[in-house]
Amino acid sequence: MGLDFSAIPPFYGTLAIGVLWTIAITVVAALLSFFGGILLAMIALHGPQLVKQPFRFVSWLFMGTPLLLQLFLIYFGLVQIGIDLPAFVAGVIGLGLHYAVYNSELIQTAIVAVDRGQMEAARTLGLSRGQALVRVVVPQAVRDVIPPIGNNMIALLKDSALVSAIGVTELTLSAQLAIGRTYRAFEFYAVAALLYYIINLGMEAVLRRIERRARLSR
Amino acid sequence: MDTELILKVYPYFLEAALITVELSVLTVLLGLICGALGAAARLSRFAEVRFLGAAYVSFFRGTPALIQLFLLYFGGPQIGIQLDAFTAGVIGLGINIGAYMAETMRGAIISVDRGQGEAARTLGLSRAQAFRKVVLPQAMRLMIRPLGVNINAQIKATALVSAISVVELTYTAQRYIGSTYKPFEMFLLAGALYLAIITVTGKGVAFLDRKVRLQ
Repeated sequence: MGLDFSAIPPFYGTLAIGVLWTIAITVVAALLSFFGGILLAMIALHGPQLVKQPFRFVSWLFMGTPLLLQLFLIYFGLVQIGIDLPAFVAGVIGLGLHYAVYNSELIQTAIVAVDRGQMEAARTLGLSRGQALVRVVVPQAVRDVIPPIGNNMIALLKDSALVSAIGVTELTLSAQLAIGRTYRAFEFYAVAALLYYIINLGMEAVLRRIERRARLSR
Repeated sequence: MDTELILKVYPYFLEAALITVELSVLTVLLGLICGALGAAARLSRFAEVRFLGAAYVSFFRGTPALIQLFLLYFGGPQIGIQLDAFTAGVIGLGINIGAYMAETMRGAIISVDRGQGEAARTLGLSRAQAFRKVVLPQAMRLMIRPLGVNINAQIKATALVSAISVVELTYTAQRYIGSTYKPFEMFLLAGALYLAIITVTGKGVAFLDRKVRLQ
């Protein structure tokens, strides 16, 4: 069976919907991982002792096990305790939490690196510790780690393919559905790869703009 | 928590963990080879070779590993490449991580001070000699830790081959979740084994890193 790309055009619609879902999952999960990462970093550094240790342990669990396994746990495992999430929601939560933990590690390092004088100055001006952290220290810390967080977001885009395994009809599963009908695996996976590559380029362009703005605001 | 069930199924998980270790070792070895070739290509004197290296890195880092794996395993037979699932998994993931390792190695090589290479050439060494005897030994020292990060990611990425039905740790967990309806217990077992593999590997990398730094 040679290659025959004429099987592709009837499935333009299927693939287009897949692309939109991939972008939707990536954007929502990326936002969750960004703000979740900030929150986790603040808790890990300044939370009450009682919360810190369990948090560290959960972070360690998330970083030491495969994302695919975590997605299965969230989608199939939570049903065991009565939480039945739709696949899309489970996928977004899984991807978002996984990368929130990685972002949190970056942000923690950056928070520690922000000059101590900043915190002290903010407190002298009458801000509480919490206010100083949220309004003065964290914004500077986050700005410093925008490039590596961007790398995590690119990785998140590629890992969004994994949610096909829990039945979200994004680009990978759309390609699989088309293959189920046509048996043209090579053609559809090659097109899917190309589409991912294009989304990736678009995302890199957006991230570069954000990085430039972050640099200018310094 | 069903401890009885865990005690009953854990031998199967141990067996599966061995397959995960085997996959990790083979893909990392292939990745190191592909990475070295990729880094060498990207640093080549010839523009055509540099282009090939850049294309390799860009394609494999720009598309999901899962798609690459499917393309090789399900699409391969159409272009005359027929592989069993395990071999396809090793080759697919090895070439994939190789692209990331190529960037790691290239980064380490170019971060060795330029002056080092120039000084060596001034002392009469050829380009190749200067690279092999002066630049590379220093770069090697710099690349161990970031390669450790690549290896850590790769161990977790072996879970992807469960999607082409290689019976490793994730596939086994999934199968037992399906038959026992005890996802938490199965996740705990599989997760603990992944953590064990990753922790031991991390310690190994740290040990190696300390050793070369002392030299």
